[in-house]
Amino acid sequence: MLLWIVPHGAPINVIKPGVVLSHNAIQPGWVRITHWINALAVVLMVMSGWQIYDASPIFPAIRFSRSITLGGWLGGALQWHFAVMWLLVGNFVVYLAANLASGRFRRKLLPLGPRQLAVDLRAALRGRLQHADLAHYNALQKLAYLVVIVAIALIVLSGLAVWKSVQFPLLRTLMGGYDNARIVHFVCMSVLVAFFVVHVAMVALVPRSLLLMIRGR
Amino acid sequence: MTIRKRTNEPGSFLATHGDSIVRDAQRELKSPARRLFGQRLLTLGGISLLSGCDLSNDKSVNAALRRISFFNDDVQALLFDPNKLAPTYPESMITRPFPFNAYYDIDDVPEVDAATYRLQVSGLARGKRTWTLDELRVLPQESQITRHICIEGWSAIGHWGGVRFSDFLRRAGADTSAKYVSLRCADNYWTSIDMPTALHAQTLLTLTYDGDVLPPKYGFPMKLRMPTKLGYKNPKHIVAIEITNRYPGGYWENQGYNWFGGS
Repeated sequence: MLLWIVPHGAPINVIKPGVVLSHNAIQPGWVRITHWINALAVVLMVMSGWQIYDASPIFPAIRFSRSITLGGWLGGALQWHFAVMWLLVGNFVVYLAANLASGRFRRKLLPLGPRQLAVDLRAALRGRLQHADLAHYNALQKLAYLVVIVAIALIVLSGLAVWKSVQFPLLRTLMGGYDNARIVHFVCMSVLVAFFVVHVAMVALVPRSLLLMIRGR
Repeated sequence: MTIRKRTNEPGSFLATHGDSIVRDAQRELKSPARRLFGQRLLTLGGISLLSGCDLSNDKSVNAALRRISFFNDDVQALLFDPNKLAPTYPESMITRPFPFNAYYDIDDVPEVDAATYRLQVSGLARGKRTWTLDELRVLPQESQITRHICIEGWSAIGHWGGVRFSDFLRRAGADTSAKYVSLRCADNYWTSIDMPTALHAQTLLTLTYDGDVLPPKYGFPMKLRMPTKLGYKNPKHIVAIEITNRYPGGYWENQGYNWFGGS
């Protein structure tokens, strides 16, 4: 109902700039859009990736049930994987570029010192880590977000090395050869999945953060 | 509609009522409701995840995925550097035993009679059209120890020997400006490759494995070996080669594997 009374073309905060309708979004639009595109892309990539993995498991003890995979069979999963990769990489590049250009990385994720990390970790373990101000990340959050950004960068690079091991010799060497690139790819996936689990659990504990990522405030 | 019209006069309606409307709306969305909203969103996400596998059976989704796969063929053709060589390895690194792999069991490997075997060349070629094994064996031979990478993910290092395919194509008078080389096999397998890969220095019409005549399980009498392509693009028991500009597809490719299959 609220939306209907907003006239087209007239920003609502022009009418009464102030207390209630302040447009100081904690998460700007581009962060929210790239966040949700990334979430979708990662979920599709992981699910199709599990199906591909099952065709020839690196670790015989680790297999993924068909009920949690995407694609139906190896060929279908590969089609998904190599289609969604464009979404993942394109979105990630936009995200990185916008963050670097706007200085948001420096503002939000730095500085990150070992002392603050230790303090926040101790608080978290005692269940006393405060999360009152969603605009500021605690040290554990900063670390988690940095780790997940690095993991996505690494998963893209190791994926490239697996896909095009002949065409990208330097990347292949950096990854320790073709077979090792698969392991790097798998480990990065594991980091992303672990992050996903903790991330969603935290959102369930602090539901306000979900609203924040949807409407910005 | 009436509400919209009124708000077109900025400052009139919203200026007087804006604050109270927003306050009302915010009250409506107080904590319990917000929490419920959050929980429902999470649940919705969970359900859509569970039904994700149904996407695989949707026709329009499949058509879109195929189109992107063809787009990826073009991307790979651009990425393919005809002068870039696949890594080679010392003999000590050869995978023993080299795995057998086909779309059928090892008991169903075809038995090709060397005496009556003929390799047929057709399509855009003006040279010799029928080749015996002996005629191929007297051509200049090369060998390579390279990594075979399967689309499933595993890899194995093998040792192949035979005729450089570009050399063979020239001797067969093939039109090397054509787009595709189609390959048909004695085990009813078929595939096709792009001309730049066919002319790559490491693309080998192999007749031997590890110094011996290519055994049936590795593709007797010949396998086209391309270390720049995945395993399913490396056909065994080849009996017919066609040079063509018409997209030929392939056994796995027609079922959904990416056509270029480059490495």
